[in-house]
Amino acid sequence: MNPMLILPIVIPLITALALVLSGWNGRKAAWLALIGALAHFAVNISLLLGVVNGGIQATYLGDWSAPYGITLVADNLAAALVAVTGLMGTTVCLFGIRDNLDESCGRGFFPLFHLLLMGVTGAFLAGDIFNLYVWFEVMLIASFILLAKGGSRIELIASVKYVTMNLVSSAIFLAGIGLLYAKTGTLNMADLALKLNENPDARLVLSSGAFFLTAFGIKAAVFPVYFWLPASYHAPPTAVAAIFSGLLTKVGVYALMRTFTLIFTQDQEFVTDLLLVVAGLTMVMGVLGAVSQNDIRRILSFHIISQIGYMIMGLALMSPLAIAGAVFYLIHHIIVKTNLFLIGGIIAYHGNGSYELKRLGGLFRHQAWLAVLFLIPAMSLAGFPPLSGFFSKFVLIKAGIEAQSWWIVAVALMVSVLTLVSMSKIWNEAFWKPRAEEKGDGATPVGFWMPACILASVTLGIGLNPGPLFEFSQETAAQLLNSERYIRAVLGEVVP
Amino acid sequence: MKASYLLEIATRRLTPLLLLFSLWALLRGHNAPGGGFIGGLMAASAFGFYSISFGPTATRAYLRVDPFMLIGTGVATSLFSGLLAWFFGKPFLTGLWTKLDWAGGLKLGTPLLFDVGVYLTVIGVTVSLLLHLEED
Amino acid sequence: MEWFWAIIVGALFATAIFQLLRRNLAKLAIGLILLSNAANLLIFSSAGLTRGKPPMVPEGVETLAAGHADPLPQALILTAIVISFGVIAFFLALLRLASQRLGITDLEELKE
Repeated sequence: MNPMLILPIVIPLITALALVLSGWNGRKAAWLALIGALAHFAVNISLLLGVVNGGIQATYLGDWSAPYGITLVADNLAAALVAVTGLMGTTVCLFGIRDNLDESCGRGFFPLFHLLLMGVTGAFLAGDIFNLYVWFEVMLIASFILLAKGGSRIELIASVKYVTMNLVSSAIFLAGIGLLYAKTGTLNMADLALKLNENPDARLVLSSGAFFLTAFGIKAAVFPVYFWLPASYHAPPTAVAAIFSGLLTKVGVYALMRTFTLIFTQDQEFVTDLLLVVAGLTMVMGVLGAVSQNDIRRILSFHIISQIGYMIMGLALMSPLAIAGAVFYLIHHIIVKTNLFLIGGIIAYHGNGSYELKRLGGLFRHQAWLAVLFLIPAMSLAGFPPLSGFFSKFVLIKAGIEAQSWWIVAVALMVSVLTLVSMSKIWNEAFWKPRAEEKGDGATPVGFWMPACILASVTLGIGLNPGPLFEFSQETAAQLLNSERYIRAVLGEVVP
Repeated sequence: MKASYLLEIATRRLTPLLLLFSLWALLRGHNAPGGGFIGGLMAASAFGFYSISFGPTATRAYLRVDPFMLIGTGVATSLFSGLLAWFFGKPFLTGLWTKLDWAGGLKLGTPLLFDVGVYLTVIGVTVSLLLHLEED
Repeated sequence: MEWFWAIIVGALFATAIFQLLRRNLAKLAIGLILLSNAANLLIFSSAGLTRGKPPMVPEGVETLAAGHADPLPQALILTAIVISFGVIAFFLALLRLASQRLGITDLEELKE
């Protein structure tokens, strides 16, 4: 029994409820939401510290012990992602305040935002495959409404595509759960791992693994099912797009990492070969899409896809170093990507609300600090030393060389160069190029630059001192590749 | 468009009956078929009938509270029933039971409270959906 | 009886995918409804079907009779049905907005 595992899920729910039941709007609601987000962050950090110091933790809801009841488990990976979720929740909530002070358009943003945080946190902590599905749906329903809430043409069209794709993926996920349950009679992930290890049935593993791969692949936006992402992420307001880009696809990546290191470990060669091809194609298609775009948010959306490819590459190589790289990449990427979307919002704020590169320009003259602020996450995304992206890419490429998969190393390096091309394109067009109409000399609201600065300093901090996070990632990789510890933490003494 | 008189009169008679029936279904849950979800759907169907006969505005007046508030109250009730277990040093959502000897050994517990929360939430969600689809 | 349900589930999946691939928005919604129903039925039949042996303890007896039905898939699909009910209701409201406000009824019009 451990309340630390339940609080990260309960606190956003309490915040959302308080916001709905109080009926507050405007400033008061914003403060309440911010306090809730800070409390969530604090609890998540203490959960992470508890896991780092005390090992994998598990709790059983309603005193129904595993594998029968609902189990929540926090290992290194889950706890780290939950902590990053808390950081994203706080910073994006801060950014969202100014946009949502207006009563008419801001109504409902904060409760839904906290429900989204609850869903994401729940998905990371779920120790049960069906519970994972439920948390996915909580997260998705909140995201559907956040996306469609504005009601403009572009948002409605984006929502139709997004909802359709996610419904299809949920149905596939559900079918996979059904098949797995039919064969094993259990849904607890640790118990599943144990049962499948005792009684490996290659066909069963392959068939339900294919269902899970497809379902999580759609959610993580990997090749060939990534097209819904650039079709929907450019539509919502900045705060919504930022939290989506940081967290939603990463839950899919997390689910892939969890299931393919814990449950579907038989016939691994086939899966990893497939994943490696998927990773390479995801990187290439994403970055090519980004190079061809001329809208900041569309460029950034396509870059989410290409970066997902790197994480899948780490998972596909399946060596301790590669998994450590993937974990490092995952954490670094959430921070950097959210920050880029926030800075994109600031750029548009100074450019009359336009994200079109053609209509932007000359921002360097008036907002030189913003140009520097943009360069930190942008160069990190491209993988420049000494920023966080360099170390994560370095580790992944080293793992690729060790595994002698030369072509994926070549692809990763080429994609990195192309990422740099499209980042410098944004920089040139938005900041450097002279602008026809003189605009963009106003001050930036504190609620805009502060979250971006916080995230940029985290990126810098990881970049200047990558040692602790890298050691943590290695420890996480060891945990993921040696599932015995996870199983023992969940099932207790049942394990021989 | 006005609904038929038959429907109107039937709805007037049926709505209270359906609501009463939904409460019965809610209370007999846990050990017998029934419970918050089924009861909530029955109650929501009563309001659905009402809105087909008298329109969404009349239904809002009949319901008296905002359906969104019902959702919030319902979820808060369920959450509270789960948190109660903490005060007794049990894990979240553990069922706690008391036996009332003076009421003929009636057993009351947090699962009932949880079900009441589910009941309110289901009514809130379903009614707000129905009304939203009917209104413009 | 499982073979019968296998055929039903397969037919539902096939119909759902066929409807998803059509251009009309209303047919897209029908496809999604069928798809979630197919997945629910798959879970329902996944644990094997048992007739006439509900997993309920009769009065005066302490334990369940042997060979009773597995209650878990039913609990799972109840959850899944509720979720898909909510999501599809939201999707229908979205489609209504799209057709009323934007006049979109065909998927081709979703291109930008």
